[in-house]
Amino acid sequence: MRRLMTGNEAVAEGALLAGCNFYSGYPITPSSEIMHIMAAELPKRGGNFIQAEDELAAINIAVGASIAGAIAMTATSGPGFSLMQEGIGYAIMTEVPVVIVNVMRVGPSTGQATKPAQGDLMQARWGRHGDQALVVYAPSSPQEALYITHKAFETAELLRTPVVVLTDEFIAHGREVVEYYDLKPVRRRIQEKPEPPFGSEDPTRVPPLPPLGEGFNVMFTGSTHDEWGYRDVHRQEVHFKLVKRIWDKIWMNSKSLFLYEKQGDDDAEVTFVCYGSVSRSVKGAIAVLRSKGIRAKLLRLITLWPIDWEVLEREIEGRVFVPEMSLGQLSFDVEKFAKVEKINKVGGGIPIYPSDIVKAVVEVMR
Amino acid sequence: MRKHFARKYLREEVLPSTFCPGCFNGIVINAFLKAVEELNADMRKVVFVSGIGCSSWIPSPHIKADSIHTLHGRAIAVATGVKIARPDLNVVVISGDGDLASIGGNHLIHAARRNMDLLVIMVNNLVYGMTRGQASPTTPLGLRTATTPYGNFELPMDICRILEQTNANYVARWCISNFFKLKDSIKEAFFMRGFRFIEVYAPCITYVVRYEGKTPGEKIRELFSVCMPKETADERKAIPIGVFKREDKPGYVEMYSEYRRSIS
Repeated sequence: MRRLMTGNEAVAEGALLAGCNFYSGYPITPSSEIMHIMAAELPKRGGNFIQAEDELAAINIAVGASIAGAIAMTATSGPGFSLMQEGIGYAIMTEVPVVIVNVMRVGPSTGQATKPAQGDLMQARWGRHGDQALVVYAPSSPQEALYITHKAFETAELLRTPVVVLTDEFIAHGREVVEYYDLKPVRRRIQEKPEPPFGSEDPTRVPPLPPLGEGFNVMFTGSTHDEWGYRDVHRQEVHFKLVKRIWDKIWMNSKSLFLYEKQGDDDAEVTFVCYGSVSRSVKGAIAVLRSKGIRAKLLRLITLWPIDWEVLEREIEGRVFVPEMSLGQLSFDVEKFAKVEKINKVGGGIPIYPSDIVKAVVEVMR
Repeated sequence: MRKHFARKYLREEVLPSTFCPGCFNGIVINAFLKAVEELNADMRKVVFVSGIGCSSWIPSPHIKADSIHTLHGRAIAVATGVKIARPDLNVVVISGDGDLASIGGNHLIHAARRNMDLLVIMVNNLVYGMTRGQASPTTPLGLRTATTPYGNFELPMDICRILEQTNANYVARWCISNFFKLKDSIKEAFFMRGFRFIEVYAPCITYVVRYEGKTPGEKIRELFSVCMPKETADERKAIPIGVFKREDKPGYVEMYSEYRRSIS
């Protein structure tokens, strides 16, 4: 299949190809087109669509539907993403698969509602209270948005976890040719006989979800619970075992979860580390720098959490630049390995142009 | 010795419960399970959803059935997702006045607007019991609580009167002292379609008393005495008890499947 698509359309298509059959959401720019497509498509395909009364409801309805067996998602943007954090924390604690797409816009607060930004990286990783981990992906084009959204559903089912897909307004409303083949719907793993739904001998794997309505007497709770779901709000060892396992199932799989793109010259004098739409300006800048005799490479993170730190350590060479449409969040990661030159621009819907990047590099390298 | 009828519905391993001595939540459990017993309902097809607070512990962990214990205020939202994804299941929300009427008030009103096919039992204990007795949206005028130490000066809300104005199919309120009315009401609403709401007026035995300088017996009797049949109650002074609304409109699930049929 080959179609001209915006990033939002590609997200919706990727979700539908993954077998998403439940959408609950609340309107918010610049993510609303995802909701519009799901509102039109899901009822036709026997799925369910509900426009929630607010984002608190949107995420919690999706989680309830997922517990009941649906392949569920929601999409939102900054302010709505903030409202969803508690519900995402609940999905982490109860180990319920759900995909949350956040089309990043300029914040904080209402900010500039229609303008792109990359300010929600830390919120996606750390927005919940308590010790927790989930998976965050960030595509850089409509093409990749389709595949990564599909991938997000696979990962959510595999690890029984919420997965966040971070796009931004450039990707969401940018229109490009998207090609896709052979994407299969994900499969929900359901227990056939009662077994502990919240425990696993293998820390990298998660047991299937229990079915509702089959007499399994399932207990879901966001409170600390043992492997059968019995609440235990007192014992240290029960809590530690639970949160450590939820942490480990993400981080012990960091090598396989960590997707990245590498491009440019070996033996580079300059390494760019970035993610999302900004990487496209970086690619333009690398070509210009090469013409100026500066060898540069790009390390683009597709998975923003968890991170395979060894890749960063291995790939970073020369002077390191981290361009971001924020005042700098990804740069904290890179600073673990090198002195970082930050290139930051946010607001007004103005991208970081290749010329901005070239200028910053030339100034430092001179 | 014959076992109490309710024990087959309970997770005996979690008994005795953690409710305070004298707590009315036990009577709510009894009324619910008696209704189930008399209906001969299949508990495998019931999913309980509750929020945060004492009454949210009625189903989770006490009742032996599928149960989802959610975030504070979000029981109805989660229940909505469960019901839409699995319309064959009877989804029952049991939660408190703080959880459903305060922090979850928006979901309550919108579920009623949608006539969402849920049975919602709101145990109104007049305060936040689990967090040690702060005022709630249903705290009567003048009551001393942890956050109204000189007497509540805010006016309470009557959830039944609000929901009466929505598209809900069934709205009723009972005083916990009238066990059989409550049990019969649960029986009546159990298999109805659409949004069914039953408020159980059951003052917190511990915290509506604590700051009042009265004995539990005195204070509870005083609070019970304001409950009057709605047909005759003077609502300026009394809490009207009875069925406020009883209709049989198609609920959300039927309307959505009709919508889906109409476009395919």
